Amino acid sequence: MSREATINAAQAINEALHLAMAQDEHVLKFGLGVDDPKAIFNTTAGLQERFGAARVFDTPTSENGMTGIAIGAALAGMRPVMCHQRLDFFLLALDQLVNNAAKWHYTFGRPVPLTIRLIMGRGWGQGPTHSQNLQAWFAHVPGLKVVMPANAADAKGLLLSSIFDDDPVVFLEHRWLHFAQGEVPEGDVRVPLGKAAIRQAGDAVTIVAASYMVVEALHACRALEAAGVHCELIDLRTVKPLDWDTVYASVRRTGRLLALDTGAATGSIAGEIVARASMDCWSALKAPPLRLALPDCPEPTSYGLTRQFYPGAEEIVRCIGKMLGLPSLPLEFLPQRHTHHDVPGVWFSGPF
Amino acid sequence: MLRIRLVEEEIARRYAAQQMRCPVHLSIGQEAPAAAFGFALTAEDQALSTHRSHAHYLGKGGDLNAMIAELYGKATGCCGGRGGSMHLSDPRAGFLASTAIVGNSIPLGVGVALAQQLRGDKTLTCVFFGDGATEEGAFYEAANFAALRQLPVLFACENNLYSVYSPLSKRQPASRDLCVLAEALGVPAVRVDGNDALAVEAAAEQAVAAIRAGGGPRFVECTTYRWREHCGPNYDDELGYRPEGELAAWQARDPLPRLARTLSLTEADQQAMAAEIAAEIGLAFELALAAPYPDASTALDGIYRTELAS
Repeated sequence: MSREATINAAQAINEALHLAMAQDEHVLKFGLGVDDPKAIFNTTAGLQERFGAARVFDTPTSENGMTGIAIGAALAGMRPVMCHQRLDFFLLALDQLVNNAAKWHYTFGRPVPLTIRLIMGRGWGQGPTHSQNLQAWFAHVPGLKVVMPANAADAKGLLLSSIFDDDPVVFLEHRWLHFAQGEVPEGDVRVPLGKAAIRQAGDAVTIVAASYMVVEALHACRALEAAGVHCELIDLRTVKPLDWDTVYASVRRTGRLLALDTGAATGSIAGEIVARASMDCWSALKAPPLRLALPDCPEPTSYGLTRQFYPGAEEIVRCIGKMLGLPSLPLEFLPQRHTHHDVPGVWFSGPF
Repeated sequence: MLRIRLVEEEIARRYAAQQMRCPVHLSIGQEAPAAAFGFALTAEDQALSTHRSHAHYLGKGGDLNAMIAELYGKATGCCGGRGGSMHLSDPRAGFLASTAIVGNSIPLGVGVALAQQLRGDKTLTCVFFGDGATEEGAFYEAANFAALRQLPVLFACENNLYSVYSPLSKRQPASRDLCVLAEALGVPAVRVDGNDALAVEAAAEQAVAAIRAGGGPRFVECTTYRWREHCGPNYDDELGYRPEGELAAWQARDPLPRLARTLSLTEADQQAMAAEIAAEIGLAFELALAAPYPDASTALDGIYRTELAS
């Protein structure tokens, strides 16, 4: 690690794209706004200047058509990386994703090396159609791989692996994580798909999380540590296929499970984890598993209505406390919020 | 064209035996465009099609034995039994695939054409679709991008007037002209009598030449007619969704005798061709019937190209 400073996840994604495009001339990068002045939150900065407008290009506002075009290009030997500034717009492209990309290898036996970056908003009035976390939808479709990085190093390493994987990958970027600073290895350092990471080892409770919930869980784990409760935190990194070995091994060790999710509770990844762990690790469980996800409700827009909408570190601590029957909760060890609830930091002033 | 007709008539004849256990959409009556475009394209050119794809597959040079075996769900089928009639493919013939959702192979074809342009080779991609697909957003989106990037793609639209049982008159305004529509999107277009094989071939060759010369996409509308039911082996005119006499009028314009007359084929010529083709078809069905099903234990194989641990 020769780099002195940390970088954020948006910069890490940009590095991954530069590396992939330099390494393989078949890598294409397109999506609405990739060459505009905002450069998809700076994740696509400098790509067109370096690799040319044939490989890096803005597109018509045609989510479904452009996804089909990406699949066609992938079938003809390219490695397209598409992006959408909000996942919600990509819902127009579900026909191409579900009926073509996901089924192609199974049906026709030929690979679809396609990566689709979808950014999921939160807060600042993103509201019902700019903040959906639909990882469970994508995970439900056989043939797709679904990746959810939770830090800067993984954003880079998992994106590199996704681009060079021969299957269609839905790469879900939580908008708040774009700002996450971290040490990121220089060069082509890939993080394997399908492998979870244990962010903190412990024996009290297994906490399974992905994407932004890993951040909240880390805060909760540190507060619980201060109270002598050592939780094991699993960052899934890939939610489909999911690293069941790591999850089961941990649950069998701790006997307790809390599954977290950035999406709505019903039919969630967290629900699937609770279901499978209950079926496969029943005899090891010392307490009923718990799940903490978003309410089955569209995200409200108003500053007032979102105040208690998102479960975070405090709710995680309360869940663990309930599960373990803790006499008191170490809430005082949680980081004090110095900013409004609807932004990732004081420096964030919108608009999206 | 005769070969396509005879293959599909044999499928229709044998379908009642319930051994081809998948939906079939026959092109009987509208074979001319498939045959003619097939002539205008090379094996290196790519083609994509729809749920009604037997004719396009065969016209492009797809392997007959592998197609019939696919209809029977056999391991020797072109997709090993995973696709059935609506998902055919023969990469060696440049028939990339047919897909079953209306309009959704059009963007795929444009994407293949994008790759062809980026590679700088002289091949092109032909996308077959019907009039129904011109009502799908996928068509507009894909055609717009093809025009924007001047991609080497040939939009081959077979207008057979019906989307399942729904006539064009219930789906598009009477003043609609599909060629004007394509032109408005920036794709030069031409309409041709889709039951006149030589006229379609001439139009296809002109379009292909223009595309190969770097002229960007072309749209060819072939007016034609499906004789039998939307899905299945039978005639269904008794249902009354088509005006009385319409089918008979189109049958009087059967593309096969028309071409035979133009080419001055004698009855003996035609019988000799039919006999040769019948032998080939007989063998394809024999092979398909004798072939094994894929093993049930392989049903979950191949979901991914790269399997991941766990």
